[in-house]
Amino acid sequence: MADEIIHDHNRDGIDRRGFLKCMAWAGAGAFCVLQGGVLKSFALGQLDRHPASSLKGELSFVQISDSHIGFNKAANPDVIATLQTAVAKINALPTPPAFVLHTGDLTHLSKPAEFDALDQVLKGLNTSRVFYVPGEHDVLEDNGAQYRERFGKDALGDGWYSFDQKGVHFIGLVNVLNLKAGGLGNLGHDQLEWLEKDVKHLKHSTPIVLFAHIPLWSVYPEWGWGTDDSAQALSYLKKFGTVTVLNGHIHQTMQKVEGNVTFHTAMSTAFPQPQPGTAASPGPMKVPAETLRSLLGITDVDFVRGRHALAITDSALEPK
Amino acid sequence: MKGRFIFSITASLLLLAGYVALGDGGARAGAQGSATNQVKVDNFSFAPAALTVPAGTTVTWENRDDIPHTVVSDDKVFKSKVLDTDEKFSYTFSKPGTYAYFCSIHPKMTGKVVVR
Repeated sequence: MADEIIHDHNRDGIDRRGFLKCMAWAGAGAFCVLQGGVLKSFALGQLDRHPASSLKGELSFVQISDSHIGFNKAANPDVIATLQTAVAKINALPTPPAFVLHTGDLTHLSKPAEFDALDQVLKGLNTSRVFYVPGEHDVLEDNGAQYRERFGKDALGDGWYSFDQKGVHFIGLVNVLNLKAGGLGNLGHDQLEWLEKDVKHLKHSTPIVLFAHIPLWSVYPEWGWGTDDSAQALSYLKKFGTVTVLNGHIHQTMQKVEGNVTFHTAMSTAFPQPQPGTAASPGPMKVPAETLRSLLGITDVDFVRGRHALAITDSALEPK
Repeated sequence: MKGRFIFSITASLLLLAGYVALGDGGARAGAQGSATNQVKVDNFSFAPAALTVPAGTTVTWENRDDIPHTVVSDDKVFKSKVLDTDEKFSYTFSKPGTYAYFCSIHPKMTGKVVVR
């Protein structure tokens, strides 16, 4: 099945209703690709019926998040096994990703053995390129010194950095340090200053992908699901035509489109968390063992040069 | 004889009533989170969130949650290591004052100890 643009009200090449319809299918495992301004969707189970060329975007990468290596409580006694399932799923994607983004909470307790175990599992990826940003569980006790030693050698400050791929500008931000009592995620003055300079001279047509652990929009402040100073960060990106924000931390998928910005959070590969306000706290959610893998997953992102860029597809480790 | 008998029954009843009353009071204190110098950390919250103790008291926090937490004073007076499930942290409050604290991993979790 393929849908084409029917309504182009904003004259930006995106049929928003079609886009939202595609996102609804994505929950059931659809693969959406934007090609030449036309949003095409394919059910994951039927991909082999289409020629490979019709499925290709120009840039394809995968986001995983919240692997929590070291966690061993009832919600998932074997987080290494579920991460291995995620790796196998990534390796089986019809379009091999150019790289993987891990949006934090790599480990559960920042222990060296946990970082080591994570490295071992991710060595199983066909792609050797993995980019990281830390979660609050990765910077315990040492303000992230160990995390930066392992994953942030080329990064600045607390671990922020940027890089370019096929004309897309990627920015990794750290919003899990220097947290204030009663506060949310925090980017801090130095990082914001760096961000402003980093994007100042980029062309407005450059697609931007921002990735950080805690959501950069207000998902549910009561549970700490937001970042106190994210508005300032986003103000530096107003001029760009396409901004995609990829986050983790909440262990479920959530998406919001606001003007030129698409916000998206990924599932965890370790354990699910409740939807906002549906439980006493945002802790690990215990589910029957046979449904666990339907609530864990990966996110496939495809970009095709055009006026609007990224198609985001979430897929669970196992169907419901 | 009869008078003494009635007296002792009444006395026993009064004593019984007294025990019941004390028992009730004890149960109420328990409902607040066991003893008066303990804070239970569970469900991303500190219970009781506000604890009042006399100077010289040692307060103990115990993590009953399935996620690690920390106990960090806003004014850097005390700081626990990372507490995994069932781990404890204790601090002795020798000076009177109000000590606000939070979990540095989940900063929305806040509490205070008022020392008289």
